[in-house]
Amino acid sequence: MIWNDEFETMPREALEALQLKRLRAVVERVYATVPFYRRRLDEAGVTPDSIKSLEDLQRIPFTTKDDLRENYPYGLFAVPLKQVVRIHASSGTTGKPTVVGYTRRDLETWAELMARSLASAGTTKDDVVHNAYGYGLFTGGLGAHYGAERIGATVIPMSGGNSRRQVMVLQDFGSTVITCTPSYALHLAEVAEEMGVDPKSTKLRVGVLGAEPWTEEMRREIEERWNMQAIDIYGLSEIIGPGVSIECEEAKYGLHIFEDHFIPEIIDPETGEVLPHGEEGELVITTITKEAFPVLRYRTRDITSLIPEPCICGRTLVRMKRVKGRTDDMLIIRGVNVFPSQIEEIIMGTEGVEPHYLLIVDRDPETRLDTLEVQVEVSEEIFSDEVRRLQTLARKMERNIKEMLGISAKVKLVEPRTIQRFEGKAKRVIDNRKLS
Amino acid sequence: MKVEQISVFLENKAGRLAEVADVLGRKGINIRALSLADTTDFGILRLIVNDREGAKKALKEAGFTVGITQVIAVEVEDKPGGLAKILKLLASEGINVEYMYAFVERSSGNAVLIFKFEDLDKAIEILKGHGVKVIPGERVYSL
Repeated sequence: MIWNDEFETMPREALEALQLKRLRAVVERVYATVPFYRRRLDEAGVTPDSIKSLEDLQRIPFTTKDDLRENYPYGLFAVPLKQVVRIHASSGTTGKPTVVGYTRRDLETWAELMARSLASAGTTKDDVVHNAYGYGLFTGGLGAHYGAERIGATVIPMSGGNSRRQVMVLQDFGSTVITCTPSYALHLAEVAEEMGVDPKSTKLRVGVLGAEPWTEEMRREIEERWNMQAIDIYGLSEIIGPGVSIECEEAKYGLHIFEDHFIPEIIDPETGEVLPHGEEGELVITTITKEAFPVLRYRTRDITSLIPEPCICGRTLVRMKRVKGRTDDMLIIRGVNVFPSQIEEIIMGTEGVEPHYLLIVDRDPETRLDTLEVQVEVSEEIFSDEVRRLQTLARKMERNIKEMLGISAKVKLVEPRTIQRFEGKAKRVIDNRKLS
Repeated sequence: MKVEQISVFLENKAGRLAEVADVLGRKGINIRALSLADTTDFGILRLIVNDREGAKKALKEAGFTVGITQVIAVEVEDKPGGLAKILKLLASEGINVEYMYAFVERSSGNAVLIFKFEDLDKAIEILKGHGVKVIPGERVYSL
């Protein structure tokens, strides 16, 4: 179902005219209010009034996650803090998160985009939406919440965790739509079966799943086990949160990007060159309506391609393919962004531990949840003849990882030199989840 | 009065213990006593050998993490109640045993108990004070 006919089916020409108008406005605004962007644009010789066409966007320098980090926490806000009514954050490459802000109008925009997304997946006001995305600094929970409310559906603000209770609520409250990560949808199916509840017997008919990479095979399995439609949703907090793009229930092929708010580009991650439609590369997004936290040409580091062909659903919005991978080493473990460097910092912060570690990411075939094993080499410095001391050390690292990153990891002590050394860059991560 | 023990970190995978024995064997090093503590992920092998420095060097060269730990050797008659007597004594003095293992000496037929305590000096003092025979390292290495 199309939530906003005017903007979702707008003729391309009118849509592009709207994009240009909004692009000019945002460039003008950040040039005037954000010293970082003014400096970048000056350096590139771009003045706001020199943006005459959408092609001129290519003259604007990229913004990276590093830029966000260097301007932590509020340096890139384009409005005074008194106009900011909400803060969200996601984890960054160091201990510091990436902080984003929303004005009241930004929250309106976000609710609209999430309403469009949920509607695209088939949600109506008659639905009961079981929202199992985490509430808090993470954008997933509140994003889905306000979108579902905007539609007029009945929202159950479950948040994550306590799976047995989730199953009970799903069953008893008659939920028809579930919003969570795809791996959690599979996990809940396992838990339901353990509890003697047949997932197919619930009223669930749609899952709006995202916040981590997944595959067509996973989709088929989720759909079969729950006897529901599984729809892919995409977003990132730096742009707005979930609701940047969504699949439509009609095609279930490619995610429509809400181009009246975001301009997508695909670039060669090595050269920065803009690639033609259909070619695979890094997704770059410019927000053209955000007030508090606009970003110009933000490098998402997600690898995909754009599908310009019209879609059977009637939307004129361009589609992006399911995200295939990352250009950096970021891992998404149970929906949490984790950089190997963050783990390294925690390990190195533990006295006597050498920087030889290996991260092994897997998906538990029983629980369907992502697992992280951190292998740490035992140096003479930390070695003890007492089992208790070594175990205490491993548990301490596990606790620190949990506290700093919010994920449960298993620290395994291994013999020295068992972790492969490479010339130059060490291989730090083995991802056995086979997602791409 | 202390005895030096070689401790080796072992991952729980097939062949690691054999590897240690092989390295020591090839260097002509004799193992007097050993014990293996194991967890689900790793093990700690504790050894008393005739040539500590040689053993440590050879194992390190073979890529193992090796430590030298001080322990105490106590000689008791090899008959029922011998161990219980010592442990009761330690318990009554509030001395906690971190770990221990034992072997029987060939020549005398006596049992030798190897103990690891948090405070070795205090333990030695108490044991000796009660007439327990604490034997020096040099004797243990050459048993």
